[in-house]
Amino acid sequence: MPDALFGPMMYVIALLTMGGIYAVIALGLNVQWGLTGLFNAGIAGFFAIGAYTSALLTAPDSPNHLGGFGLPIALGLAGSMLAAGIIAYGVGRICLRLRSDYLAIATIGIAEILRLILKNEAWLTNGPRGIASIPRPFESLGQPWAQLAFLAIVVALVLVAYLAIERGLNAPWGRVMRAIRENDVAAAATGKDVARFRLQAFVFGSMFMGLGGALMAHSFKFIGPDATEPLMTTFLVWVMLIVGGSGNNRGAILGPLVVWTIWSATELVTNRLPPEWITRASYIRVFLIGLLLQIVMQRFARGLLPERPPVVAATPPAAAGAVSARERKKPAE
Amino acid sequence: MLEFVNFYLIPGLVLGSIYALGAIGVSLLFGILRFAHFAHGDLMTLGAYLALSIVVGFGWPAIAALPLAVLGTAAVAVGIDRVFYRPFRAGPTIIVVIASFGVTLMVRSVVQLVWGVEITSYQTGIQRPLIFFDALRIAERHFYIVGGAVLLVATLHLFLTRSRMGKAMRAMSDDPDLARVTGIDTARVIAWTWVIGAGLAAAGGVFLGIDTQLNPNMGWNLLLPIFAAAILGGIGRPYGAIAGGMVIGMAEELSVYPWITDQPLLSPGYKTAVAFGLMVAILIWRPSGLFRGRVF
Repeated sequence: MPDALFGPMMYVIALLTMGGIYAVIALGLNVQWGLTGLFNAGIAGFFAIGAYTSALLTAPDSPNHLGGFGLPIALGLAGSMLAAGIIAYGVGRICLRLRSDYLAIATIGIAEILRLILKNEAWLTNGPRGIASIPRPFESLGQPWAQLAFLAIVVALVLVAYLAIERGLNAPWGRVMRAIRENDVAAAATGKDVARFRLQAFVFGSMFMGLGGALMAHSFKFIGPDATEPLMTTFLVWVMLIVGGSGNNRGAILGPLVVWTIWSATELVTNRLPPEWITRASYIRVFLIGLLLQIVMQRFARGLLPERPPVVAATPPAAAGAVSARERKKPAE
Repeated sequence: MLEFVNFYLIPGLVLGSIYALGAIGVSLLFGILRFAHFAHGDLMTLGAYLALSIVVGFGWPAIAALPLAVLGTAAVAVGIDRVFYRPFRAGPTIIVVIASFGVTLMVRSVVQLVWGVEITSYQTGIQRPLIFFDALRIAERHFYIVGGAVLLVATLHLFLTRSRMGKAMRAMSDDPDLARVTGIDTARVIAWTWVIGAGLAAAGGVFLGIDTQLNPNMGWNLLLPIFAAAILGGIGRPYGAIAGGMVIGMAEELSVYPWITDQPLLSPGYKTAVAFGLMVAILIWRPSGLFRGRVF
């Protein structure tokens, strides 16, 4: 392969890898917000739980933090989903009865408490210095195969997440979720245990956020409390999902790829600027991301790939009447 | 005992005053516009930095720069509302919350772009504390902060109880539909709410800058304690927000006092977690707050 192509190819691989990791997280948020209408503003917290769990499980033994246990990476990823799910269950049990704005405030609060714990409990996490030498899978293959193999893992996980959520969405479970999002009182009136379904969606979505955090930790081979800042996780993922189209799983994959490409492409431009402008340019990028969110919300409120209403199979007249009554309850968009 | 007053009680009072100034705005905005304004902390940052420009540019003391910073921030807030929040007024409020997320990012990056990311302060050098009654020490800046906050709150009280606009504002916070029926110009009330909310936020930001230092994340770090204070006081209750701010500020400072053993009750690293923890607890067990505010 000519050398001139090698650099750009590695760049594209890195781009797709990061986009894919964010897609896993955005899919998780789509289960919570897009499908069920749960305003989780504490993505960073579940991201951090996943990242640190997998890091501690797979890193080599170190005196600086708990473990590491040197376990295989697959176990680390599974552990990250499990840990994020357990914490989400606890958080969800107490917080999910709150209305949207309050839920957002409460989840941000919990994420910030988690960040303080990661910063302060040095015996567990090595404090602000973070956990280093986290293994990256297939590293022995050398460039570019190691990067390609990692990308393949990420793509496979995005696909698994997509198929799992699509399957749930097209099942009765998904229809209940939509019903709860549109009108929880009506959903409860039809005999659905709204609290239980909400909790399921919250735990299910948070597990993917944890998985995304774990993938990020393995990708960078390092995780510190700064990586769990709300800006780069919570905010960016929200922008990605809204740009892609919340409620649509393909949008939840496309959005991260588009936004991350924009984010990285602006970096290419700003790196050409004179040195005294480079540091400032990164703030222009953040400004533009904020502006992008505003423009998309005002002009293209449904995102790149709008949500498609579920296809309701032909049902006998009596049952069809029951279904359409619930559909009619939906407030006009 | 004096150590308790000097190092825990007075800082708690100062922090509480700053929280109260931010919380009044959050509470009024939540009451009138029905949404949690996530960019409120960053309005405080903006106010603090606007004052910094005046301090550096004209050589004024920060306290003299405060009125201009308040006016500037209020104008920016009214503009932000026009451009970014008003288009969503008719729709579900949660969309406005997401828009205020975006505004948070934008305001903070503008602050970083214009003023840089270095930690700065209004004046350099160590300030000598005033000494009273032998051992009770109160720093001069703490006088300014608590006194300024009391003055602003008293003005707000007069405004809310005596002026037509203030009464309209309270009416709209209590029942927006009823207010509209009685012929209150809701657009003007909303604009005034932004002026007052953002103005008080800017004052709080300047006071925090006087008390400690300025950095672009200062407002974000204030956001959750302010929400906690607003919810504790009851949404839509400005007086409740003041009490809530005081409670949260005190709780944060007093949580590190060696109450039981000679060690701090809570490691200082977790000081801010007290506010977050209190907030989550209030949300879950008493979302109407201490003063029976509204729950939306």
